[in-house]
Amino acid sequence: MLILVIAHLVVAALVPPAARRWGPRALLAFAALPTAALAWTLTRAPGVLAGEAVRETVKWAGTLDLSFAFRLDPLALLVLLLVTGVGAAVLVHGAYYLDDADAGRVGALLLVFAGAMVGLVTADHLITLYVFWELTTVCSFLLIGGVGATRAERKAALQALLVTALGGLLMLLGLVMLGEAAGTYRLSAILSAPPRGGLVEAALALVLVGAFTKSAQLPFHPWLPAAMVAPTPVSAYLHAAAMVKAGVYLVARWTPAFADVPFWRPAVLVVGLLTLLVGAWRALAETDLKRLLAFGTVSELGLLMVLFGAGTPVAASAGAAMLLAHGAFKAALFLLTGVLDHQLGTRDARELSGVARTFPGLAAVAVLAAASMAGLPPLVGFLGKEASYEAFAGDPVVLAPLVLGSVLTVAYSVRFLWGGFATKPGVKASAGQRPTIGFVLPPAVLAAAGLLLGLWPGLTDDLARGYANGYGPTQEYHLAMWHGFTAPLLFSAVALVAGVGVGWAWDRLAALRARLPRAPEAQRGYEYGVRGLDALALQLTRRTQVGSLPLYLTVILLVVLAGPGLLLALHAPTSVPATMNGLVVQVPLGVLVLAAAIAVPRARHRLSAVLLTGVVGYGVAGLFVAHGAPDLALTQFLVETLVLVVFALVLRRMPVRFTPLRRGWRLHWPRWLAAGGVGLMVGAFALRAAAARDQPAISHAYLDHAEQAGAHNVVSAVLVDFRALDTLGEIGVLAVAAVGVASLVVGARRPRRGQEQEREREREREEVPR
Amino acid sequence: MSADRPGPDTPPRPRGKHQPRDRWLPGAHELPVPRRSMLLEVVTRLVFPAVLVLSLYLLLAGHHRTGGGFSGGLVASQAFVLRYLAGGRADLARAAPAEPQKVLGVGLALAAAVALTPLLLGQPVLTSAVLHVEPPVFGPVEVPSSLLFDAGVYLVVVGVTLKLLRSLGVRIERETDNGGEAR
Repeated sequence: MLILVIAHLVVAALVPPAARRWGPRALLAFAALPTAALAWTLTRAPGVLAGEAVRETVKWAGTLDLSFAFRLDPLALLVLLLVTGVGAAVLVHGAYYLDDADAGRVGALLLVFAGAMVGLVTADHLITLYVFWELTTVCSFLLIGGVGATRAERKAALQALLVTALGGLLMLLGLVMLGEAAGTYRLSAILSAPPRGGLVEAALALVLVGAFTKSAQLPFHPWLPAAMVAPTPVSAYLHAAAMVKAGVYLVARWTPAFADVPFWRPAVLVVGLLTLLVGAWRALAETDLKRLLAFGTVSELGLLMVLFGAGTPVAASAGAAMLLAHGAFKAALFLLTGVLDHQLGTRDARELSGVARTFPGLAAVAVLAAASMAGLPPLVGFLGKEASYEAFAGDPVVLAPLVLGSVLTVAYSVRFLWGGFATKPGVKASAGQRPTIGFVLPPAVLAAAGLLLGLWPGLTDDLARGYANGYGPTQEYHLAMWHGFTAPLLFSAVALVAGVGVGWAWDRLAALRARLPRAPEAQRGYEYGVRGLDALALQLTRRTQVGSLPLYLTVILLVVLAGPGLLLALHAPTSVPATMNGLVVQVPLGVLVLAAAIAVPRARHRLSAVLLTGVVGYGVAGLFVAHGAPDLALTQFLVETLVLVVFALVLRRMPVRFTPLRRGWRLHWPRWLAAGGVGLMVGAFALRAAAARDQPAISHAYLDHAEQAGAHNVVSAVLVDFRALDTLGEIGVLAVAAVGVASLVVGARRPRRGQEQEREREREREEVPR
Repeated sequence: MSADRPGPDTPPRPRGKHQPRDRWLPGAHELPVPRRSMLLEVVTRLVFPAVLVLSLYLLLAGHHRTGGGFSGGLVASQAFVLRYLAGGRADLARAAPAEPQKVLGVGLALAAAVALTPLLLGQPVLTSAVLHVEPPVFGPVEVPSSLLFDAGVYLVVVGVTLKLLRSLGVRIERETDNGGEAR
């Protein structure tokens, strides 16, 4: 499975050059990889469904006990079928939909995403899971944003990233807590012996937030419709079939172990049902077919959450069937919308008319897919819907919204078909080039897959039961077309009739809808949140980054005084080490250094201040000589000289005199305190440190070993041998500092960032009337 | 920074009355006359090679006597600073034609290579060895592997100085020449 993931990542690198060479059609060849992955998954399916999960562990950092652990169990199998199957279809579609400029980039990212998704669903280690989870987020960001040409793209990409990454980070926190509570990060081990306790419950809540953001549940859902600015293949794959299923997958993964945690079921059910209803309601009002489908996806994801979070075998069966059904029909519908968009130049229901006459084949595929979405027999959507009514047959509180959701789902399915394909009075019949077979094939195959799974309920049942068996003893309920005259059949009929009615009469209902009070929009909440964060950051920066070097220095020095300084004051030095005494030459040098130091702040000219600082440096170097440290002294002299020259170079750009300071003790006492205090503190620290030795000095060992290393100069031996790693680090720092200074000097001459933004804003103003 | 060097077709500037006849420093004639100092040019011309040799001596002697890569590099840096102060940016470009970042990079790479080489031989990082050679005139000489490491340090220090001279010196100078006012 690791090989599968790596294969996707490696092959993705080949896409851009291939697309440059052969154009978008090159993606056809790359569709072979997901197809091969699908084939591999299918060959493993019988064994996995029989209860033998495929396992794989690859060690990569043994000492840290880190390894890539993968496991293919029935749930992973379900999602993997979806990921690989839809992936192949989407790449084929992309070969016809994408233009030359996009094909390489989008194709490569789609493959990377497919690889990440394979890794995500098969990962058997919490951290591996998280890494792939975020990898899909990154892919999503890059794919939505495109090359960032328009403001809408950038905004949507950023929103998707912020929302899902926020959830992802909370989830990481939850996963770590879970792993620590369980004592293992192995997914299968946690599932087989689920930990309990307050910590675990908090962890699960965090994980749920992650799942909800990823699967666009209320109130995080607005990023998904916004993401529809991406090209259709991307929307079909990431934002309908695969990535948004990751959250559902996570809930499905944990429910068998944690369904009895008190808040789990209520939280998932409430959020899921609300999402189901709100999504479907919003979908009805959309005229952009892609946005209609996007809200439909939000709604269906809510349904999936409900089914997978309920924690009963029948609901799990229903969820598995709906998962497959939704992946197939929603991807098919998205791809169809892409075909319409590409051939007719619009996907707005108000502008399309007579498409069923122009492209009858396309319309047939659309009807097949939409029928599955509406839950009509003999399609797999019907199997799933029936099972979900059955699962909640004894629970009217859940059942009622479920049926209502189905009514709305049927209604927006009708709206989609009517909007996309019907002949509308007063609208010019759409005309365009007939799509090639290859372009229509992917949605057709996906729709046919829905039909196949519906006509062959045994197969769907086997796939679903593989997962549902995880909830306990084998269940009685089987997915089937005909269960007799039962309540679920009645609900299906009700949903169908009422849904068609609502869909038919929608335009008249719209007037009624307009009179309803406007519900608060979640998108507003997101925007307020982001703006608030911006404002907070601005305030913080304004307060802390005032741009005054003396102030920064004062703050730093005062902190030094308050921390280590205070500690030192409590352990004041008691004696003066012997080496400090007895050298007469120290006295004049010390006086010189002190005098220069006192004179520095009193200097009026910048150059004199720099020269006086130099005197301090040379004086200290003299002290080094007096104490018999020629190496140190030599370096100090040389550095001091160099510093003087560099100072002089910089001073050419500065006024000759310092800006006169305002007089007054009240203004300056913090600086005096900071400067004087830190000076005293460092002095005291040196005394204290010299007197604090209670172990033999390491210098003796250095002296002995220097001879061994072939050096008579122990300082040099320390620098290039004993502590050579330090030296290596230091010259690295030197190099970075030099490059940094150079780029600061250069960077200050470039146009300011604000000016760039201004220019960009102007560009956008020009873009708007487009 | 090749722009600092005058192209082959740059016409030589006409000589003024007070301009020295001989070119003590190859790039100094680019400087405007009031900025030139005869004395400094001559002294720099005389001292520059000697300072470079001294810096190499410090580098080589560092293992046994006072010196080492740091101080050697600093001394070499002062030599270049002298060239810049006496002969201006054109003369600095003549004295050190290599790009500063390349000098930096080579130095870092050399030090890192010396650090990592023992790994290839199955030794811990930064293990040092001493090579004893006996060339005919000098007598027995010890060449420790850390000498190469020190050479890396030397190059980094020189590179940093050149980089600073280029960015803080030459750039500011050029801007002032182009009419940019000192702030």
